[in-house]
Amino acid sequence: MEIIQQILNGISVGSIYALIALGYTMVYGIIKLINFAHGDVFMLGAFIGFYAITQFQMNFFVALIFSMAITALIGVLIERIAYKRLRNATRIAALITAIGVSLLIEYGFIYIRGAQPEAYPDVFGRQSVSLFGATIDMKAVLILSVSVILMLLLQFIVHKTKTGKAMRAVSHDTEAAKLMGINVDNTISATFAIGSALAGAAGVIFGLYYTKIDPLMGVIPGLKAFVAAVLGGIGIIPGAMVGGLILGLVETFVSAIGFSLWRDAAAFIILILILIFRPSGIFGKNSREKV
Amino acid sequence: MTMLAVKDIDVYYGNIQALKGVTVTVEEGEIVTLIGANGAGKSTLLKTLSGLLKPKSGSIEFLGNSIAGKPAQGIVKSGISHVPEGRRVFANLTVEENLELGAFLRKDKKGIEADMKKVYDTFPRLLERRKQMSGTLSGGEQQMLAMGRAIMAKPKLLLLDEPSMGLAPLMVKTIFEVVKDINEQGTTILLVEQNANMALSVASRGYVIETGKVVLSGSADELQSSEEVRKAYLGGH
Ligand SMILES: Nc1ncnc2c1ncn2[C@@H]1O[C@H](COP(=O)(O)OP(=O)(O)O)[C@@H](O)[C@H]1O
Ligand SMILES: [Mg+2]
Repeated sequence: MEIIQQILNGISVGSIYALIALGYTMVYGIIKLINFAHGDVFMLGAFIGFYAITQFQMNFFVALIFSMAITALIGVLIERIAYKRLRNATRIAALITAIGVSLLIEYGFIYIRGAQPEAYPDVFGRQSVSLFGATIDMKAVLILSVSVILMLLLQFIVHKTKTGKAMRAVSHDTEAAKLMGINVDNTISATFAIGSALAGAAGVIFGLYYTKIDPLMGVIPGLKAFVAAVLGGIGIIPGAMVGGLILGLVETFVSAIGFSLWRDAAAFIILILILIFRPSGIFGKNSREKV
Repeated sequence: MTMLAVKDIDVYYGNIQALKGVTVTVEEGEIVTLIGANGAGKSTLLKTLSGLLKPKSGSIEFLGNSIAGKPAQGIVKSGISHVPEGRRVFANLTVEENLELGAFLRKDKKGIEADMKKVYDTFPRLLERRKQMSGTLSGGEQQMLAMGRAIMAKPKLLLLDEPSMGLAPLMVKTIFEVVKDINEQGTTILLVEQNANMALSVASRGYVIETGKVVLSGSADELQSSEEVRKAYLGGH
């Protein structure tokens, strides 16, 4: 059952993209900034998880949560230090700053620890489960479960909690949100914290899945997650989830039918096609689920 | 007792001065109206009162405490709610979620529930549509929601910016009846209107603003019978 296996691979990769894309889309929704440093937060998440497991002997799940907590903090710091003062600046100024932050994280990290890659600890070995006659790698199941749980949790936060409602309100109308007594700065921080924590989690499960991590690993997945966010409709949460999954599936099938060299190109061909034919993305303008 | 005392405030947008030495007072329990043409500075004054803008000079006292330049959050907490021009409901949230956000700073769950019920009693339309995205409401319903949302903060002073704008006459009547109701239940109201007739019919006093200055003030009756006001704002009859 080759096909089931490929679909599962596609969904695994896709859910990693989706987790990263959520941060892009949430931040865009609330401050209209493409946070190009987001892929690097993902990279830091992978390394924090790596050190947590290898240096501090943490259990995989504890390391995952630890990494999410630290990346949440990093996301908040990036916003407070680099972006906050640019709220009323031109979009291009903010965008250039984001690219600057991205390069600073990448090369700052290389300066501190060197550029050499690390092999991610193989915490689950070669365990597998069988489903409909297909042998499924335990890791794929794990990635899927973690992603689904995190996305459900996100939906819960965004729709049921006070912070989530404040996030949606600020993204729709910042001034009106202030009139409700909502603290806009804190709400933006919360958005960065949540988006970054999801990227951190994506980094850890990426390490588990691809087994190799390095300081520039955030660049390509970051770009692809950005494509996924645009594909779903930037600013729209379910759009990021769906966009990520579609991208993962497309890539996996492009590889599976023998064009593996074209795998990375697929994402960018998709980007060009959306920008030409449907710039507002799959979930388009009329969707109400903006954050 | 004086609830709000605005003294001689100047407010700027960048280099452009929008308010020039404006002085306005509101006594507890009153409905006071600000009338004036488009661009006179009415919304600017309300935004300054609710903390969206900061005055460059002058003072604003609410219940004896200075609130000039305080952040919006603190002002809501101290008891001023602002229903902005154009309603500004959160279109991407349901009616009920909008009302919940109105009570954002409150912690008294019971009280919030009771007030939500009161809002639904006042505006039964909102109850019918409580699970609906508020962007799908009609203009009048959005005005009801914006007012309901502000009431959810349990304000002592309610700032209303052109609640009748763009509404059908029947809806305008409903809205003004609710304004009177809210006031009778103990909330003081500062009402901005271009519909001077309507505004002066519910208010006890009024101020006329022109190009950033208060040019006239007095009781509603005085303003209604003033030659200038009649010519400029009441259609000249
Ligand atoms: N955001 C803004 N930036 C610059 N000028 C503004 C802004 N908002 C209002 N103004 C100007 O301030 C003056 C008063 O506007 P406003 O208070 O909205 O008037 P009103 O509510 O009485 O119609 C107008 O001349 C208007 O053009
Ligand atoms: Mg106005």
